[in-house]
Amino acid sequence: MAHETGAGDVTLDEADRALVNALQGGFPLCDEPYRAIAETVGLGLTEVDVLNRLQSLLERKVLTRFGPMYQVERMGGAFVLAALKVPEPEYERIAGIVNALPEVAHNYRREHALNMWFVLATEQPEGIAAAIAKIEAATGLPVFAFPKEREYFVEMKLHA
Amino acid sequence: MPDAIEDIDRRLIIATQAGLPLVPRPYHALAEQLGIAPADVQARLAAMLATGIIRRIGAVPNHYALGYRHNGMTVWDVADDRIDALGAQVGSLSFVTHCYRRPRRLPDWPYNLFAMVHGRDRSEAEAHAAAIARLLGDACRSSDILYSSRILKKTGLRIAG
Repeated sequence: MAHETGAGDVTLDEADRALVNALQGGFPLCDEPYRAIAETVGLGLTEVDVLNRLQSLLERKVLTRFGPMYQVERMGGAFVLAALKVPEPEYERIAGIVNALPEVAHNYRREHALNMWFVLATEQPEGIAAAIAKIEAATGLPVFAFPKEREYFVEMKLHA
Repeated sequence: MPDAIEDIDRRLIIATQAGLPLVPRPYHALAEQLGIAPADVQARLAAMLATGIIRRIGAVPNHYALGYRHNGMTVWDVADDRIDALGAQVGSLSFVTHCYRRPRRLPDWPYNLFAMVHGRDRSEAEAHAAAIARLLGDACRSSDILYSSRILKKTGLRIAG
């Protein structure tokens, strides 16, 4: 199956890789944070280089976003993993319905009888049930919800 | 959004949820946009980091673009009386990026432990899964790996303005 990942063939040079790795940690809260990152990374990068490379990494979709990562649960909201068992001939249509909901933060195809896995993020916990009801009504399929009962570890730590 | 979130935080969240400004002084740019002092922008972000409303400030890499083309959600049916102790150990493995206990959905879904692993090739992801299997030992009754084959959507949280 062809992969459709949003990222073409990208080439990252040493400075790109160092930057991606440096930006997975805590970004500084100072007046000129990009200058601070340039100093951390070294390799002769200037503040302008960091800004230009970051722009390019985002445009090339090496990075999907850059900024604060908010935890909706800590704001009183909710975040729930859910899945659908979508018949293959209906897959594109159902993906369109699910993706159109603003409550769907991300959505992946996975190879299993449960073949569509998405995360619902809502500002209020009641919003989850409402979003599930909307998806069930629009698709005619039952939603399998997998709210987290315990978090053992969450951290992005992919080495570029 | 509950009242517990201060109005200024809410405005700051809305202003930054798509990303931080790519200008030399990003906190000053936000301050100007929101009509508050730059020091307050930094202070509110620091406070939200401290309370966990912000997990971290940084970049979200596209796994595929970094060469991690085999992103597997490993799922395990682990004995209820052992899952918390074992889940903490699985979560601390260096190659596991997310690890959660979630409810089973019988009969379709017998798995209660979810751990994400990433490999540059299929065998690297499978080696990670094998290491988890060894750690779980006889506490695990069955398991599976669900590989992602397409990103259908990836926008992250959006709250209404």
